[in-house]
Amino acid sequence: MVDSGPTALERFINGILPENPTYRQLLGMCPTLAVTNGLKPALTMAGATAFVLICANFITSLIRNALKPHLRILVFTLTIATFVTIADRFLQAFMPAMSKVLGPYVPLIIVNCIIIARCEVCASKQPVGTALADALGCSLGFALGLASIASVREILGTGCLLGARVLPEAWPNWGIMVLPPGAFLTLGLLLGLVEWAGAARKKAGGNQG
Amino acid sequence: MEKEARKAPGLLGQAWLILLLAAFFGSSLAGVEIALKPRIERNKRNETFGQIPFLVPGGSSQKSVETRMGGIRVIRVLSDKGDHLGWVLPASGQGFADRIELLVGLDRKAERITGLYVLDQKETPGLGSHIQDKDGFLRGFEGQPADKSLRVVKGRPAPHSGGIRAITGATISSLSVCNIVNRAVRDFRKALAGSEGKD
Repeated sequence: MVDSGPTALERFINGILPENPTYRQLLGMCPTLAVTNGLKPALTMAGATAFVLICANFITSLIRNALKPHLRILVFTLTIATFVTIADRFLQAFMPAMSKVLGPYVPLIIVNCIIIARCEVCASKQPVGTALADALGCSLGFALGLASIASVREILGTGCLLGARVLPEAWPNWGIMVLPPGAFLTLGLLLGLVEWAGAARKKAGGNQG
Repeated sequence: MEKEARKAPGLLGQAWLILLLAAFFGSSLAGVEIALKPRIERNKRNETFGQIPFLVPGGSSQKSVETRMGGIRVIRVLSDKGDHLGWVLPASGQGFADRIELLVGLDRKAERITGLYVLDQKETPGLGSHIQDKDGFLRGFEGQPADKSLRVVKGRPAPHSGGIRAITGATISSLSVCNIVNRAVRDFRKALAGSEGKD
């Protein structure tokens, strides 16, 4: 089977910034909005998603030649659901407090579009190495997205980051930032910023060329 | 002959990969469950005992003991001095999305509910998940009579009347919690009456 898709390195780099799941593809919005009121839950969610994404891409790529086209989504879902259950039970066993904070959002990774999209776009068509690089890149991109939103929300909402104070005591905590509206506000503003920076770079590149 | 060879593969020919994966994933999950279950149960037990002072006022997490009454698992809540103050009753049942696990605090004679805590739930975030609001939904159970069934009502019920204010947009979750509490308390009261009769 000839592999005509992007190389492993291209897949890895694309996942981080050029095709960032949060800021470029707008995928996985449910955890992006729901668990970013603090950096710690956001990073735990990013870690759990990374585990599922890497394992699902690995298995899918291994069996890609045996996949029947009309049954592929069923196979993806079966694979993803298995690893999500493992991640969920692992959190319940070793991080019970965090598991309670994340609540149903860990089982909901099953329906996270990033994972099924990577299985469909990359892992079901490309070799294991490329699929792993792709999963790694996308996981980093998703972690970057969640962490950036969570950092802004936690700092402005509580004056702290990971429990350590970063803003002076006099800072009036913006309570709204840790509440649901804060998620929409932060996502919207950061999304605007990323778009603006992208457009500015394109313009600069265009002028040079 | 040729026609038959060209026919689409049979059920097994199409589904062998899924069957194989399902068997493999199923046994992997069983392995994970066997390895992690004792730890998860221990975490739940620690959480349960940690909640005792909030479920039965004055109760001690250290002194209270787990026991069985008429086949029902229950925690006999003792104070620091060893006085019997009440009971914490683990209860579970089907919610809207998945099983809801609760801890029901009862006074010594199981006549009043002294507190309610949600140990585990996977209800809809933002709607059914409000069943775990300590200052909202759960507060409504405190002080309710245990000798009659609680019922979900619209609007603000009279205090301690057996009415529980439903959560807007989460009727099934509200009803489920009420039903789980009713059934657990009813069964436990029966077991308690039976054991007192024997004494």
